[in-house]
Amino acid sequence: MAPALAFQNLTLGYDRHPAVHHLNGEITEGALLAIVGPNGAGKSTLLKGIVGLLHPLGGKIARNGFAAKDIAYLPQIAEIDRSFPISVYDLVAMGLWKRAGLLGGIGTADRGKISAAIEAVGLRGFEGRAIGTLSGGQMQRALFARLLLQDAQLILLDEPFASLDAKTISDLLELVERWHGEKRTVVAVLHDFDLVRRHFPEALLLAREPVAWGKTSDTLSAENLLKARRMSEAFDDAAGICDDAA
Amino acid sequence: MFYDALIAPFAEFDFMRRALAGVIILSLSAAPIGIFLMLRRMSLAGDVMAHAILPGAALGFLVAGLDLFAMTAGGIVAGIAVAVLAGLVARFTELKEDAALAAFYLVSLALGVTLISLKGSNVDLFRVLFGSVLALDNPTLIVIASFTTFSLFALALIWRPLVLECVDPGFLRSVSGAGTAVHLLFLTLVVLNLVAAFHALGTLLAVGMMMLPAAAARFWTQDVTRMAAISILIGMVSGVGGLLVSYHASLPTGPAVILAAGSIYALSVVLGPVGGLRKRFSPGRHLEA
Repeated sequence: MAPALAFQNLTLGYDRHPAVHHLNGEITEGALLAIVGPNGAGKSTLLKGIVGLLHPLGGKIARNGFAAKDIAYLPQIAEIDRSFPISVYDLVAMGLWKRAGLLGGIGTADRGKISAAIEAVGLRGFEGRAIGTLSGGQMQRALFARLLLQDAQLILLDEPFASLDAKTISDLLELVERWHGEKRTVVAVLHDFDLVRRHFPEALLLAREPVAWGKTSDTLSAENLLKARRMSEAFDDAAGICDDAA
Repeated sequence: MFYDALIAPFAEFDFMRRALAGVIILSLSAAPIGIFLMLRRMSLAGDVMAHAILPGAALGFLVAGLDLFAMTAGGIVAGIAVAVLAGLVARFTELKEDAALAAFYLVSLALGVTLISLKGSNVDLFRVLFGSVLALDNPTLIVIASFTTFSLFALALIWRPLVLECVDPGFLRSVSGAGTAVHLLFLTLVVLNLVAAFHALGTLLAVGMMMLPAAAARFWTQDVTRMAAISILIGMVSGVGGLLVSYHASLPTGPAVILAAGSIYALSVVLGPVGGLRKRFSPGRHLEA
């Protein structure tokens, strides 16, 4: 399988301090990869780098054939204004942006797709509801419906299951597995190791430096987890310039 | 009776017909633009930009007297300049945006009044501050109508990204780079509509045709498209109502139009089904599910 993404000595960070340090590796096309690690390990930073919201401090990311708009990205803290007067239907319909753009019509076929996506996430009957009336879990379902419509080959999820109940998580996981079945590449930042072990064949353990990357059972060994926990979170204000900044 | 009260003033007087056309045309684009200002929490920014038009229009007045083109051009340039400057001050200095806006608003008003007084009379001053709905001539109506037409087309073009940028700016950034362009075009539309409204209602009341119908419409629906439609309707009704009241009761016209819009706003606050007071104090008995 061809790599969907390749990292070459990638360093990402803020204000010259690295948050992801010297990452090398490839994400193969069709991979279902979990990124795990302690808070502040650079997991979200890595996703922002992949989407292109953050430019590398060093090294590079090769997106093989993916333009930024071919990537569907669900950020950890979506900047959604939930008081905005818009219905669930219209929020989900935004997923068609890439196809419909500024003025493209939304035809019968599109409306069918929107309804199917809303149905697939279990929000049937919520179409006309204003987004401000949704619970946290329902909102996340609506955002997954929008991801469905984006029809992207590369899907990035940043803590998609945080503070959701078991039923919602298992419903949304079904979608993730459906994407995997359709040979899409899915990368998810997660904290629940059990969930990762059960559903994600591949895992990257990150603690600013990459600690381990490979088969989930190997990556999440007790030894690796301990190693990750020992790495310090704080930026060192007096840090010198990294010599290895090739 | 009905005819005398509602139709005759417009049938008999040319100036009333032109004023009617003016307020109806203004409502068409000013009200929906007000909706987006409100939803982006920029209502006060709109007010500031309305005042910022004054020194520009006053410069036009100094150069060319009460000349339509000079005052329009001056107003547009000044409005856009202040929109950009206030944004820059807020972004690059420690001052928060609301304080930056307040500073610009006060300086603009004082500067505008001073400039007008250099050459004009109190009548001129009164006219730029409160407008002259009843003195709209054909060229002014054409300017207002052109700005409205342009605004409606532009609004149709940027409707989707504008909504997207309000609801989920992060998502817009991830699918399109159009966010900044859309924002700038939107600010330009705000200025254009304020300048159009300035000719009819003056610098102090211009923003009223934008914000009052928008704020009132918020209480009637949870859907942004319907909200825009309702705001246009409210704008038109207040325009017509204000003209009629001012005609029959011999009240100043601009303030009468804004007061009419204010009354509809007050009614909406009390009776509106979406978050209105009536709903809050007598919500009805709770449902089964």
